[in-house]
Amino acid sequence: MSLWNKHAIFEKNSIILVLGVLVVISIGGLVEILPLFYLKSTIEKVEGMRPYTPLELAGRNIYVREGCYNCHSQMIRALRDEVERYGHYSLASESMYDHPFQWGSKRNGPDLARVGNKYSDEWHRRHLDNPRSVVPGSIMPGYPWLAKTELQAQTIAQDMKVLAIEGVPYDAAMISNASADIKAQGTDDDPGAGALTERYPKAIARAYGDKGKPITEADALIAYMQMLGTLVDFKLYDGKANLR
Amino acid sequence: MQTTLATDGGTRGSGPAPAVKSMRLGELSLIVVAALMACLWLLITAKAYTPEYGFHAAILAIASIASVFAVVNRYMSRPAEPVPQVIDGKPNYNMDPVKFCTIAAVFWGIAGFTVGLVIALQLAFPALNFDLPWTSFGRMRPLHTSAVIFAFGGNVLIGTSFYVVQRTCRARLAGDLSPWFVVLGYNLFIVIAGTGYLLGITQSKEYAEPEWYADLLLTIVWVTYFLVFLGTIMKREEPHIYVANWFYLGFIVTIAVLHLGNNLTIPVSLYSAKSYIVWSGVQDAMIQWWYGHNAVGFFLTAGFLGIMYYFIPKRAGRPVYSYRLSIIHFWALIFMYIWAGPHHLHYTALPDWAQTLGMAFSIMLWMPSWGGMINGLMTLSGAWDKLRTDPVLRMLVVSVAFYGMSTFEGPLMSVKAVNSLSHYTDWTIGHVHSGALGWVGYVSFGAIYCLVPWLWNKSSLYSLRLVNWHFWISTLGIVFYISSMWVAGILQGLMWRAYTSLGFLEHSFIETVEAMHVFYVVRAFGGGLFLAGALIMAWNIYKTIASPEAETSPRITPALVPAE
Repeated sequence: MSLWNKHAIFEKNSIILVLGVLVVISIGGLVEILPLFYLKSTIEKVEGMRPYTPLELAGRNIYVREGCYNCHSQMIRALRDEVERYGHYSLASESMYDHPFQWGSKRNGPDLARVGNKYSDEWHRRHLDNPRSVVPGSIMPGYPWLAKTELQAQTIAQDMKVLAIEGVPYDAAMISNASADIKAQGTDDDPGAGALTERYPKAIARAYGDKGKPITEADALIAYMQMLGTLVDFKLYDGKANLR
Repeated sequence: MQTTLATDGGTRGSGPAPAVKSMRLGELSLIVVAALMACLWLLITAKAYTPEYGFHAAILAIASIASVFAVVNRYMSRPAEPVPQVIDGKPNYNMDPVKFCTIAAVFWGIAGFTVGLVIALQLAFPALNFDLPWTSFGRMRPLHTSAVIFAFGGNVLIGTSFYVVQRTCRARLAGDLSPWFVVLGYNLFIVIAGTGYLLGITQSKEYAEPEWYADLLLTIVWVTYFLVFLGTIMKREEPHIYVANWFYLGFIVTIAVLHLGNNLTIPVSLYSAKSYIVWSGVQDAMIQWWYGHNAVGFFLTAGFLGIMYYFIPKRAGRPVYSYRLSIIHFWALIFMYIWAGPHHLHYTALPDWAQTLGMAFSIMLWMPSWGGMINGLMTLSGAWDKLRTDPVLRMLVVSVAFYGMSTFEGPLMSVKAVNSLSHYTDWTIGHVHSGALGWVGYVSFGAIYCLVPWLWNKSSLYSLRLVNWHFWISTLGIVFYISSMWVAGILQGLMWRAYTSLGFLEHSFIETVEAMHVFYVVRAFGGGLFLAGALIMAWNIYKTIASPEAETSPRITPALVPAE
């Protein structure tokens, strides 16, 4: 009896066929995915990383909503030209609080992993309103409605609670002060700014849009972009620390 | 499904008494569940955090109420006895859900190709974004990918799988309401997903953008789909399960696993469309591309290989070339595809060993892929002359040729050195479309052209000349599409890494964007041709179904004998 005939067991028993498929498709995924939850290089925390402030989180949700990831990556590959164009290659830990990740897969526009502090808020506002007003050859859509829409983030504390369940270190004070922190970060000289930076080191509190006006969706998005890639200080970063 | 609940006072007749019409367990439970769902979604409509989610809740409430009415209506009009499984010794096939899927596939195909053309033009002429939220590229691009993959491709897969499994098992589709639940529930999911993107509801995981409630709906639909498919196989009159059904089964099972793994989210609230995935960062990236690449491997490959293994032998009138090759093809393909995901993450923060594993398995995948291509093409042995006279068969065969081409290009692009150039560029877009337009598109068109006359009892299509036009116009479109994207992608990749003699980067990013313009115009032209071909198909199919040709008697060709 040839070995080929043994295959009849799969062809004559639908349940065995289903089980066979399940076993065969499980192996690759298990081997490639499970180690990522305990390997040092994929779970190590790097000095400087902190969860997003409520305003940055709200901005990030707008980034997700508008599908920015369709054209902008947030993953600088360890290649000479990318490092020179965008900055230090991205570390796994830099997206450790990203639920979901925003690495992207296509660059119709440039990488944004380290766009923070590269342009002024004013530049970002004009660019979102009409990209071709600051970059004539740009093919990016205009997002004029963002600066006209007031930020709706009354329920952001609930978002932070869910993220805390998933392992993002939001503590009780961060969650209960979420709305106050949004106001503190999005306005000039707000008295809450000190408490904000205590909770979220390196958080930049300023009016990202028009002073004295309510915080808009554009403000939140700009606050998010202005912090991208700024948390880890690469002058102090020890690349060898994660090797073993 | 066979259990009956007596509704006339609880008396249960014994013996072959004249059948008393009573509600089946399936009908009763569906009514109860749908009614509860209607209440739940009405509540959510009232309390939703955002109007967008409220709109979706309203759609779901209306759909729930409509299903209660539909089931009650069906109960009122149906005979007391269950539908006979066999009539005059022949299986009483249930082809109505297949008909629905066929029409839906044509509709969604044209919708998805049109959106694709629009976003292609947006990249060439950004004014076409109209500065509006609902028409901006970032929201339209997921609409395009989901419409072509899940709406067009999904309806083709569900329709053909329901056709093929009945024919090759010589058994009526399992279940009575459940096939309709699968077909209608799946298309409801499509509507929720597609409108959601335009309204800004997305979880931003590529090809898995729908939010948690749409994912839950799809999970229930998919499990039912699996049970209907498996139940039909279990009822089979043939001793062996035909090879096409292995591929369909592999596709259904694996997509279920992938969908669950990649969509483990926690909603912010019952009243919020927003959820957060439990995975983060590098783990999320790996799981996303484990899902993403196997959406290609199982949805767009294994499922459509099921089509290849039924429709090509059927249309060519020849048996599958090699039974042993199909065994190797099946197991090697499903084993290796799962490993290939990390090639989407070369040189990223994913550990090197995982990238290398992904690359190695992607290269190995070339073998089962080409084994399958050879099995499909060589099935034409002794029937090659039909390519001259039958444009439908030509479409099916060219789809397999495109399958071979893109499964050669894929392993090539998974090599790290090549990927360092191709990744993030339009080369990837070109590669995807040689597979999507050439392989998935053509094998689907071929299957639809076969199915329509069979399902509507017509002797042939309205016009084979129009099939010919469809074939040549869309082939020309594909050539324009993929060649422009090759040039664009390689050019942009080279420009990004070009250095001047002084050691500085030669081009600013925007220069590399401006260089793409002409290729984006050519690509849009190619996409327009492909859409034109599909419109010709829609007209041809409409005329085939609507033309008042005398109905021929139902086909009495026997089902295929399993390869031995």
